Amino acid sequence: MSAVFKPDETFRNDFTFRNSPQAIRRFPLPFHEDEYMYSVNIEPHLPGPKGAVTEFAFDVDEHYVAECREREIVLAAEPLRFQALPHMMSSQWDCLELLMDSLARDYPAHFSLTKQGNRWQWINRPLGLNQSFIFGDVDTLPHQPLDYAARQAQGDFVVMDQREGDLWTEAGVVTTQADWSLDFDMGMTFKEWHGPVPLAHELGVFDRALKFLLNLRLGQPVRRLNWTMTVHPRLDTSPENYPHWGPDRATVTARNAGELVHLRVELQGLWRLPRSNAIIFGIRCYLISVQELATIPKWARRVHRVLKNLHPALVDYKGLTRYRDAVVEWLAPFDDGAPTTPGNGPE
Amino acid sequence: MNDAQTLAVEVAAVEQVTPLIKHFKLASADGGPLPAFSGGSHIIVVMRGAARMHRNPYSLLSSPRELDHYEIGVRRMEESRGGSHFMHDQVRVGSRLEIAHPVNLFALDKIARKHVLIAGGIGITPFLAQLEDLHDGAVPYELHYSVRSPEHAAFLTRLREREGEKVRMYYDSENQAVDFDGLLSKQPLGTHVYVCGPAGLINKVIATAKSCGWPDSHVHWEQFSAPPVGDAFDVFLSRSRLTVHVPHDQSLMESIEAAGVEVPYLCRGGVCGYCQTRVLELDGELKHYDHFLSDAEKAKGNSIMPCVSRARCKSLVLDL
Repeated sequence: MSAVFKPDETFRNDFTFRNSPQAIRRFPLPFHEDEYMYSVNIEPHLPGPKGAVTEFAFDVDEHYVAECREREIVLAAEPLRFQALPHMMSSQWDCLELLMDSLARDYPAHFSLTKQGNRWQWINRPLGLNQSFIFGDVDTLPHQPLDYAARQAQGDFVVMDQREGDLWTEAGVVTTQADWSLDFDMGMTFKEWHGPVPLAHELGVFDRALKFLLNLRLGQPVRRLNWTMTVHPRLDTSPENYPHWGPDRATVTARNAGELVHLRVELQGLWRLPRSNAIIFGIRCYLISVQELATIPKWARRVHRVLKNLHPALVDYKGLTRYRDAVVEWLAPFDDGAPTTPGNGPE
Repeated sequence: MNDAQTLAVEVAAVEQVTPLIKHFKLASADGGPLPAFSGGSHIIVVMRGAARMHRNPYSLLSSPRELDHYEIGVRRMEESRGGSHFMHDQVRVGSRLEIAHPVNLFALDKIARKHVLIAGGIGITPFLAQLEDLHDGAVPYELHYSVRSPEHAAFLTRLREREGEKVRMYYDSENQAVDFDGLLSKQPLGTHVYVCGPAGLINKVIATAKSCGWPDSHVHWEQFSAPPVGDAFDVFLSRSRLTVHVPHDQSLMESIEAAGVEVPYLCRGGVCGYCQTRVLELDGELKHYDHFLSDAEKAKGNSIMPCVSRARCKSLVLDL
């Protein structure tokens, strides 16, 4: 979609982030039914309909410029939000190539990439960047390759090395995360990384997901949606900064829940990387306030029902314990009990 | 995977490099670069013969840095069901083939302190690509390459040019053999060993490494089994409600595909486990030829790898 950027939006302090009506209609609602439970909901990352968040490999929307600036703020304050172990350098270049190839192909008005052998020129018009560099020579870029590329994309990226029949979290750029820490998870195996998730281990979700991902093929990326909720449109809800955002949860009431509480949806994409045989895991965060959601009658009914009947273990794990009831109460007047249509679309 | 995801390639060069091995250069049919890959990867080559289709896995031996073509080496198998014979007898410069995107089931371990590579015969091919990555790196490595006799030493000239005397050659014809005990008992901690070649060689390395106390995670091997020939049998596919005849010289997977039913696969050589299929009923005996299922799982008889395994049976029902 050729979005009009809103470069001055903020995701902290005065929180001026808003979704346009177009952005609301394309929001990736993660609920295909009126109830929610974990499943291995992985599907091929094939191009979706025109204008959908899945139309292209990496979605660039109206928040692009503002989100890139937010990332710069976090990285400047906390450099360890980017980390890469030494053996991940080839995968870092793989990531840079995947991002640049995709953006230049899918948004030619915004990005261009020219390759003459290993001499590459990258132009990012929305951010005003023009960078010539040598692919494979880290000294020709202002940052390490994954860091450089991720500063120009929305969403977080984790790179997992594959060895010993497991996936190891060994590189990443993580600044828009739902209460987890790259610094804490570096070096972990797939199941260690997902250790805190309730219920899913017992359901065998991670056994199946790992087996599936170990066989992920080049050129056949996959995706899934995950979700939680956040008070204010705050992208950086990291454990390190919990004192800054944790107390916000106590401010939610049934009167202000529509404005304060945001549904936080992660469009997660997984790609096999060619030179390193590693896997890049993209975690793209979409935020929408409950009152923006409620402009779509079907979604107001459905989210009301999902939250009302959510398994208690998930309420706790997703950090909703303090304010779930307030959101349910705020949404109740929008739910007349009418049936909802199948699928997650707005109609 | 299925054929919709294949790449069209054209054969750019063919060379007989030993009495049994032909070397093929494949270029993208549209003239563009081929997908990047990592050393140790294989491709599936789809061959559309007059009578039947073959899909065989071959390791990429060309440099992962040169993507204007891929190179593979094909050994003519004595007991071939046709794939290697097709490549040797019918494929020439200009022939069109289809290939699947590279898959790596035999990757170098990126945190190894040292790599010991052991090749037997055609098993040299994945190492040729891996050496391109190792050559300029800081991690020490050694290569041990055994063949029947000097005339069977495929790609030795190329290896000598790149690696010089680093290549340790062993010729059966001169009664030379790798001293596995000596080799594997004195490696520094953090060393990984990789072996590719005939089953006897692989088994010897695995057994020696075990007796020397190597952790399983540091011992890597790859052997693509060609689907063996066997007795003909019939299989009933329960979900497709279809009976398929498996001739003596065609694999179970090929027969199912010929009947129009898709079986998901990655390696077609009994390695990856991707095509594992549930056996619902069996009156007879499964002939497991894969390297994926454990002996206990094979004995249970409730699943099968249709890419290489067969049955000798009165009836067989699969969950397909």
